[in-house]
Amino acid sequence: MQGYRDDGVVLRTQKLGEADRIITLLTRHNGRVRAVARGVRRTKSRFGARLEPFTHVDVMVHNGRSLDVITQAEVIRAYGTPLAADYPKYTAGTAMLETAERFTPVEKEPAIRQFLLLVGGLRALGEAVGPGPDDLAGEPAGTPAGEAPRDPRMVLDAYFLRSLTFAGYAPALEECSRCGAKDKPLVAFAVAAGGMACADCRPSGSAAPAPQTVALMVALLRGDWDEAIRSERRHRVECSGLVAAYLQWHLEHSIRSLRHVERA
Amino acid sequence: MYEGVIQHLIDELGRLPGVGPKGAQRIAFHLLATDPDDVRRLAAALIEMTERVRFCKTCGNVAEAEQCRICLDTRRDPAVLCVVEEPKDIAAVEKIREFRGRYHVLGGAISPIDGIGPDDLRVRELMARLADGAVTELILATDPNLEGEATATYIARLVKPMGIRVTRPASGLPVGGDLEYADEVTLGRAFEGRRLLDV
Repeated sequence: MQGYRDDGVVLRTQKLGEADRIITLLTRHNGRVRAVARGVRRTKSRFGARLEPFTHVDVMVHNGRSLDVITQAEVIRAYGTPLAADYPKYTAGTAMLETAERFTPVEKEPAIRQFLLLVGGLRALGEAVGPGPDDLAGEPAGTPAGEAPRDPRMVLDAYFLRSLTFAGYAPALEECSRCGAKDKPLVAFAVAAGGMACADCRPSGSAAPAPQTVALMVALLRGDWDEAIRSERRHRVECSGLVAAYLQWHLEHSIRSLRHVERA
Repeated sequence: MYEGVIQHLIDELGRLPGVGPKGAQRIAFHLLATDPDDVRRLAAALIEMTERVRFCKTCGNVAEAEQCRICLDTRRDPAVLCVVEEPKDIAAVEKIREFRGRYHVLGGAISPIDGIGPDDLRVRELMARLADGAVTELILATDPNLEGEATATYIARLVKPMGIRVTRPASGLPVGGDLEYADEVTLGRAFEGRRLLDV
């Protein structure tokens, strides 16, 4: 039986049979993997809490006939512990996991940028430490010491915008998504058109967000947290609504967790 | 693939949790070879269950009347309420023979990824039970996994303004296990909850 070793974040677990679980992981080298953890639900399982959602684990996997089998797991970082103790963070985190799963529809197709983005997003959400040595450009970094804690929903929106960008659906925020004009005032946000639109191109029924909301979206996409933190709550709420609509339109799927995400 | 009645039985058995097609086939042929009276008794028990068993209107436990035997038992302490996810968790806590309070069954845990939020659980009923002030301690015995922890956090936050003492069963090392095999999260919890050995 051939196997492989990889590290990944547990996205989802599903009960299987008497004491097993199917673990869905987003791995560094093998993309999204579904594998069985035998006996994991037993109190004395050798896996213990290692294969809970949000945990970044180093796993040894054996190729099975229908599903692969996890034979060993070591924790690299348990992001779930701080998240489960804070409800708004937990709900935002589950929306991240669900989105990561949706953006990797094909099993075992490498998706390293989505993986790194997810790790960065979970780290930022947990606010455990500052940026680590393995941070890559484009990841939302953790909150540096002394800075005001970030709104979990803003971290989530930044994650959504960047995962959309990595998937090739970056919203046009500083030019018209239809005619490409940069010098005209952008008055509407058209989900189907791919972002902002000028008055001439504005499709009927498109939203007309406040300029501060668009500026917030730009800041979140760029990772300009100094700018983002200065935003007002009403613009954050509007931004979340637009980003959620844009994400679900391009995913062609609703994100079930979003309904339960709570604003701190 | 069989025909007629036996295949129908295999299909029905195969819908049970944890029973695959092979298992369903094995059970069906076992029943076929069993004394017909035993099979009739099983069938009668299944029908009786569907007709008589319901959920306790107070706590959500399985009951054969409007209220379960624990809610009706006047010797149980009404000041301590233990919140669990499923009725089978009540059976697990009862086995320790230490807890003398009452229970509240949530009917699951908050799992946004599966579309389950607080409104899908019996949280509102719990808050209604706590409103009269009779309960002084709430034990949040949801499963010690991520969904269970988040559910406990959510309820603790709701109950906090009511001034009720909220506790959670300790997490840690399983009795009879080896320390070297404990995972970091569990071992961390065990160290957090360490107690003084007063000998």
